[in-house]
Amino acid sequence: MRKLVWLAPVALTILVGCATRNDLYVLLPGKNGKTGALVVESQGKKQTLDTPYAAARIKNVGSVDGVTSSEAEVKQEFGPALAAQPQRPVSFYLYFQLDTDEFAPESKALVNQIFAEIARRPAPEIVIIGHTDRVGTMQYNDALSLRRAERCRDELIKLGIPKVRITVSGRGSREPEVPTEDRVPEPRNRRVEISVR
Amino acid sequence: MRSALMALPLLLAFVAGASATEDAGQIKTSKGSAQIDRSGQKLSAAVGQVVQQGDTVVTGADGSVGITFRDSSLVSIGPDSVLVIDRFVFDPTTHQGNFDASLKQGTLAVVSGKLAKQSPDAMKVKTPAAILGVRGTEFLVRTAPAKD
Repeated sequence: MRKLVWLAPVALTILVGCATRNDLYVLLPGKNGKTGALVVESQGKKQTLDTPYAAARIKNVGSVDGVTSSEAEVKQEFGPALAAQPQRPVSFYLYFQLDTDEFAPESKALVNQIFAEIARRPAPEIVIIGHTDRVGTMQYNDALSLRRAERCRDELIKLGIPKVRITVSGRGSREPEVPTEDRVPEPRNRRVEISVR
Repeated sequence: MRSALMALPLLLAFVAGASATEDAGQIKTSKGSAQIDRSGQKLSAAVGQVVQQGDTVVTGADGSVGITFRDSSLVSIGPDSVLVIDRFVFDPTTHQGNFDASLKQGTLAVVSGKLAKQSPDAMKVKTPAAILGVRGTEFLVRTAPAKD
């Protein structure tokens, strides 16, 4: 028994020394300037990555080593996966008159830019998302925001965009451009986002 | 009448949730050998092909694939990779839902989307060695057995 106790650390060293995995997890700096966070967990052992190029290596399940990666290592290890990333979505905003689905006149000029963005993407999709200000009930604003999105869709279809590529939704007043109290009219929140992706 | 109207969003949510074959995303980039395995059926992972919950995306030694999901998550895999879309549910009005994926082998690049932004627990990525909680934005994963 005594011999076995003495042997245990030796056995453990042999087990740990023999790596079974070659895993690498890297948090990248966000393109928008913000770096998020990633929690890497292996059988209860955790590392939280929350700075640019913070990384975790797993050589054995149940042990997570915090390390720092670099732009050069990332290019070498992940080049093809990074090269395969889809283009980032680009959004355009059209604005509306109070409690209507009528465009504000200056929004009409945007349409050409939207077409150009669609033309330079493979398999483009157009996602139209309506928003309202906080005048009116939630149900009312959900319906109004959807109506605004549908009005936009109808205009884009008239201009020749295939219907199958377009999806519409209404976010109501959940995602204001300018946060306000309830029942405050705010023209900058009465908008439709046209995301091309 | 009023209560019927109030029940409508619930009913719609139910109908949306029940349609398991709803598109989760669309392939935007594809190179070399790349396939989708959908319930045993092999499909070419060509640009424009839709990806659904339950699909497995597989690349060969010269392959890579990039997918834009409905919540605008951008997910791409490099060569010799196997990615399973375990679950994808997204409500475009509330941004509630779940995105679970498993990288069985290979390399993965992710720019998280609206699901992870709405709720820090909405997106999970699994590998044979770990589970990742995605608190937003951009990260990379390589999972492989140790080299001899």
